[in-house]
Amino acid sequence: MPEFRLLGKKPTRQGFGEGLVVLGERYDNVVVLGGDITESVMTSLFRDRFPDRFFSIGVAEQNATTIAVGLALSGKIPFFASYGAFCAFRNADQLRISVCYNEVNVKIGGGHAGVSVGPDGATHQALEEIAVIRTLPKMTLVVPCDYMETKKATIAIGEMWGPAYVRFGRAAVPWFTTEETPFQLGRAEIFREGNDVAIIACGAMVWEALLAADMLAKRGIQARVINNHTIKPMDIETIVAAARECGAIVTAEEHQIHGGMGSAVAEIVAKNYPVPIEFVGIRDTFGGSGEPEELMEKFGVTWREIYAAALVAIERRDRGSTGLRRVIDVPTYTPTDGQP
Amino acid sequence: MEVHNLRIVFSPTVYENRPRQPHEFAEIAREIRRDIIKMLVLAGSGHSGGPLGTADIHAVLFFGGFMRYRPQEPWWPGRDRYVLSAGHLCPVLYSTLARAGFFPIEELRTLRKYGSRLQGHPGRDMGLPGIETSTASLGQGISIAVGMALSDKWLDKNDRRVFSLTGDGELQEGSVWEAAMAAAHYRLDNLCWIVDNNDCQIDGRVRDVMSIYPLDKKFEAFGFEVLECDGHDYAQLAACFEQFLENHRRGIGKPTVIIAHTKMGKGVSFMEDDYRWHGKPPTPEQALRALQELEDPYIAVVEPSEAT
Repeated sequence: MPEFRLLGKKPTRQGFGEGLVVLGERYDNVVVLGGDITESVMTSLFRDRFPDRFFSIGVAEQNATTIAVGLALSGKIPFFASYGAFCAFRNADQLRISVCYNEVNVKIGGGHAGVSVGPDGATHQALEEIAVIRTLPKMTLVVPCDYMETKKATIAIGEMWGPAYVRFGRAAVPWFTTEETPFQLGRAEIFREGNDVAIIACGAMVWEALLAADMLAKRGIQARVINNHTIKPMDIETIVAAARECGAIVTAEEHQIHGGMGSAVAEIVAKNYPVPIEFVGIRDTFGGSGEPEELMEKFGVTWREIYAAALVAIERRDRGSTGLRRVIDVPTYTPTDGQP
Repeated sequence: MEVHNLRIVFSPTVYENRPRQPHEFAEIAREIRRDIIKMLVLAGSGHSGGPLGTADIHAVLFFGGFMRYRPQEPWWPGRDRYVLSAGHLCPVLYSTLARAGFFPIEELRTLRKYGSRLQGHPGRDMGLPGIETSTASLGQGISIAVGMALSDKWLDKNDRRVFSLTGDGELQEGSVWEAAMAAAHYRLDNLCWIVDNNDCQIDGRVRDVMSIYPLDKKFEAFGFEVLECDGHDYAQLAACFEQFLENHRRGIGKPTVIIAHTKMGKGVSFMEDDYRWHGKPPTPEQALRALQELEDPYIAVVEPSEAT
């Protein structure tokens, strides 16, 4: 039976903005740097509440990142937020040397992740930051699944010591976790029990994974859904247990398949307990303009791809098939009591 | 000749940080230059030109009573901070810190060796006293210094000061001008930016590789108080640092830049003003000659068994 119910739709960036305000209330050394898009990444909530601890740096991501380092070296907990397309790429050198090699307490909020950014198009849809950020030593990387979890993740990275990055999106997406839903950095949460196939997802794809699991259940397949929010350091135990107990894995993320969360899962599975893995994500292409839901469909990041991938993964496990030329007939989604 | 044919001894002298006469700075700068040659020939790699060219700047800044620091308490919260944005010049900083008493002078022998706290470029992970931050990806150190000054002036509201030295080729990095913009925007009169203007970079003269001139007008336009000096003239350097301290005391609401005109490789005749000395160490023969020019009292050619 479904454990999660749709509570509404809210953008994850709102969770980030609200999380910053909570941190600002708790700690007077939390400082926020603005990169000209403060309303858009909702650091404006902090700015309006704590104007003395907000510094506008302008459209200058490299400088903002390294100014944050200077603040961290002065005992502050600086957050810098921009779009992931800019605050994980233009400043990658600054992140590598000044933030991570220095091992300072700098926090980055990377917004506008995934094609669900919508009409802004390919330039503003960050699809590669997980690959960049997860290779940096000392870095912590979190991709929370909804508004509430983004708020918790933001607070959590503010309260841990060391470099950290939280990834969130623009569009209003399903909000389904509550204050009570367990969340702990570095621990993947099982959101749905099952042993036939494991769906390991992050970000907005966790909800899609729950929808897919609901539809798979109608076929008698019990999928385990894992909310794998912490990409680094990843919860090896939970991933290996899923490989061992389910024998087939689907990963799902709103990010390039190459180098993303799924790749990190594959590294763990290949080393510890090799089983077939299918990858759902962006397939080596750039995004484009359109409405968020339209784009998620067009670029293949919905429950339908997860559903099909689960059947392929199961077949590969059971028959040793490569699954390469398999065409899956995906049914129309029919909700169970209006909820997955 | 091999390195083990040279007797390389580091003098034990540690210097105080207090007002000094030019001839005293000259003595300290010569000591730093000898250290640089010794460290580099022992390491067998590293940058010669820039460190030699900025020895005078470091001698005046660290030993003239301008910066507040406590070598025995390197992370003293009231200290002024120094960020060597041009991280590849680190041999000059390592020597300066050792001569100030931050760590044992003998440790200078370990430059660039496995496990050494004296990394090829400054690494904060090694915990060397006096190294405030890792630097050397050019352009980043100055932004870090801006962040430190921002914290001191607008958050902690203390009277600490931040000094940072960039190269001139480094000014080709665009982010450097983002830092300049922010320093002026936040009226960081507690920031002293030193430009080591030797007009040399790896590929040639800065004016040929990619001109950064006119520098004074650029910094003025960005909103800086601009000071210029001969970076080898101790009285001029001291006057510039004094002026910066005065600017800070008066609270002029502008950052200060000191454009120090220097010669790469200064102090060693065959290296002076030659950009080819940017990134290489002296051979043992060249080190011998350089140390003789620098009047090193210890240098000698010996049997390997007697080498130190």
